[in-house]
Amino acid sequence: MYNIKVGEGSCGISAGAAKIYSLLEKSNTDNIFGLSVTGCIGMCFLEPIVDIYNNDELCARLVQVKESDVEYILQFIATGDESAIKNLKISDDDSEFLSKQTRIALRNCGIIDPEDINDYISHGGYSALSKVIESLTPEQVIDEIKISGLAGRGGAGFPTWFKWNAARQSDGEEKYLICNADEGDPGAFMDRAVIESDPHALIEGMLIGAYAIGAKEAVVYVRAEYPLAIARLEKAIEQAKEKGYVGNNILGSDFSCSFRIKAGAGAFVCGEETALIESLEGQRGMPRLKPPFPAQSGYWGKPSNINNVETFANVTWIISNGGEAFAALGTEDSKGTKVFALTGKIRRGGLVEIPMGKTLNDVIFDIGDGMRTERAFKGVQLGGPSGGCIPANLADTQVDYKKLSATGAIMGSGGMVVMDESTCMVGMAKFFLDFTTKESCGKCVPCRIGTRRLLEILDRICKGEGKEGDIELLEELCIQIKDGSLCGLGQTAPNPVLTTLKYFRDEYEAHIKEKRCPAGECIDLISYNVLPEKCIGCLMCQKKCPVGAISGKVKEVQTIDHDKCIKCGRCKDVCRFGAVEIR
Amino acid sequence: MNSKVKASDLSLIDSVINEYKDVDGSLITILQKTQGIYGFLPADVLSYIAIKTGIPPAKIFGVATFYTQFRFEAVGKYFIMLCQGTACHVNGSEIIEKTIFEELGIRDGETTKDGLFTLKTVACLGCCSLSPVMMINEETYGSLTSQKIRDIIKELKEKAEEVNADV
Repeated sequence: MYNIKVGEGSCGISAGAAKIYSLLEKSNTDNIFGLSVTGCIGMCFLEPIVDIYNNDELCARLVQVKESDVEYILQFIATGDESAIKNLKISDDDSEFLSKQTRIALRNCGIIDPEDINDYISHGGYSALSKVIESLTPEQVIDEIKISGLAGRGGAGFPTWFKWNAARQSDGEEKYLICNADEGDPGAFMDRAVIESDPHALIEGMLIGAYAIGAKEAVVYVRAEYPLAIARLEKAIEQAKEKGYVGNNILGSDFSCSFRIKAGAGAFVCGEETALIESLEGQRGMPRLKPPFPAQSGYWGKPSNINNVETFANVTWIISNGGEAFAALGTEDSKGTKVFALTGKIRRGGLVEIPMGKTLNDVIFDIGDGMRTERAFKGVQLGGPSGGCIPANLADTQVDYKKLSATGAIMGSGGMVVMDESTCMVGMAKFFLDFTTKESCGKCVPCRIGTRRLLEILDRICKGEGKEGDIELLEELCIQIKDGSLCGLGQTAPNPVLTTLKYFRDEYEAHIKEKRCPAGECIDLISYNVLPEKCIGCLMCQKKCPVGAISGKVKEVQTIDHDKCIKCGRCKDVCRFGAVEIR
Repeated sequence: MNSKVKASDLSLIDSVINEYKDVDGSLITILQKTQGIYGFLPADVLSYIAIKTGIPPAKIFGVATFYTQFRFEAVGKYFIMLCQGTACHVNGSEIIEKTIFEELGIRDGETTKDGLFTLKTVACLGCCSLSPVMMINEETYGSLTSQKIRDIIKELKEKAEEVNADV
């Protein structure tokens, strides 16, 4: 019997997967084939994706499926004739996107049904938890994690075993295990994908963590912007309760742990663990002074441990396969794999999990297949607002905590935004400062006011009002903000400015000295012009110009009056001959 | 708009307050449920919550204004959430915002005079591969261009007019 699985992560649904599912459902009243949803396989550029299994074996992966393609799928199911779906099948080239990855945290994503605990169990789920409860002491669990070399995947890269051990050693009966699923980095969505696609992997990893530190209560702090993730997680917790994996006397042992979901209300600073705790307690999410660390005094003043989603998803695999198997992957300093959200001007965008030690070039060109525009690769932004821009000539840098930090960027949570020559790097720095200015909680003056001053200077430079000495002023201010801020947000907020100054200084100078934006992006520094050799005089641009700035007779070359032009770009949008150019 | 002056029906929130008033740390949850009921956080409801829970009004307003999820005015029929994530920025979300301003005359946080559209820029919708992206109510629109925006707005305006004509 054929089994059809429709990929329904958030982006699959917005690409139309839910409609395809309901069409298939309607035509399957006689249960001719099995039909289920699955999560996100990570190939966002090919959504919606429909997998057809012959019993348990994948026989066809169909991509960019449209509603009108459903009839071909039904035809194949009825006849078994592959020619019906020939045109929908994924190409060999695109299949490389998956085959070149090593999937640990994403092992079940896009394969199992996230809403069915039995599917998870049949893929080996909850066996790690049984192993832990039946045969390992909490100390042995912590040792296994220590052997694996797992470091926190949320950004800071702190050794997981160390945090667990500190929480374990803290006095007190009442302890909390918290999962940070408040994925705030713009450009990162791996945590959403894991929760939506494999929620039990998170629950199991958290249960193992709770067992190790001695917590009886686990809390998942998840973004309210992720409604599907919250719904699937709620369902998964209910199912785990029914099966006896969550609640009192788990699997008949003395170990008890309850689960709770808390929806965040939108504040980037809550990614900082003490701010997250404040928010959990119903307060403004402002960071606390450390020490005491959460391991000593966290949620409600009790010992608490906080890890992010990807970290917990790795924990389960480590217990099942052994710490050494995990440590065998990666480099001297960074073990295991890392998930990246590959986006921007890339041909194949999506979720990529690779062993540490691969280079950025491997990810961008080998897996991501390079630029989707004809322009050259300029650089890659790593780590979101706390990270930095790495230029093309350093893209042979290995994915490794220390090596990435040496460039001035950070591993971060794994947002990887690829840029081509049309992206202005001063504009990029301004973009991130605009973000951190809004998200600064306001507790530390250097962060609250300093980021605003940085933004003002960058804004001035982009408008062509940059002055001699601005670059030095930016640098000085960056150092003061880094030194004078309490938490990670302020300490890293200047990174986008510092890295672009380090690697793209010439662009800053072009803006300031020549009043020119080399990328052609800063609106005040560019002008629209008609290329005489390409213009055929169709008058399309003239008709669409909202301010009447374009003149010229039919079949003659048009001219743009720069005094009238408001640079809205409509002429360039509507020209079918590529005759409007930005200078 | 009228809803600001009009007194809210306070009884709608009683069951929420009763459920959470004795649970420590529930203020954010109460505010989320309030917004779920009223569509925004009306000032009189916040004062009512303060009286019923004993949490000082200053603290309630402090928490409510801290988080981006909360709003203090009613929103339009079509609530546009325009993604300003990194991938969307690289793929031209600024031009999209400009086009929305040209077409509707509203900036971030504003509502059109006819009460049809509200624009809110958000940090990241997590659909980066479809960038630039926006959500209008529950629907996601991806791979936006200026032209596509104009078409979508035109279509929604027409739809609203049809409804009005029917009434």
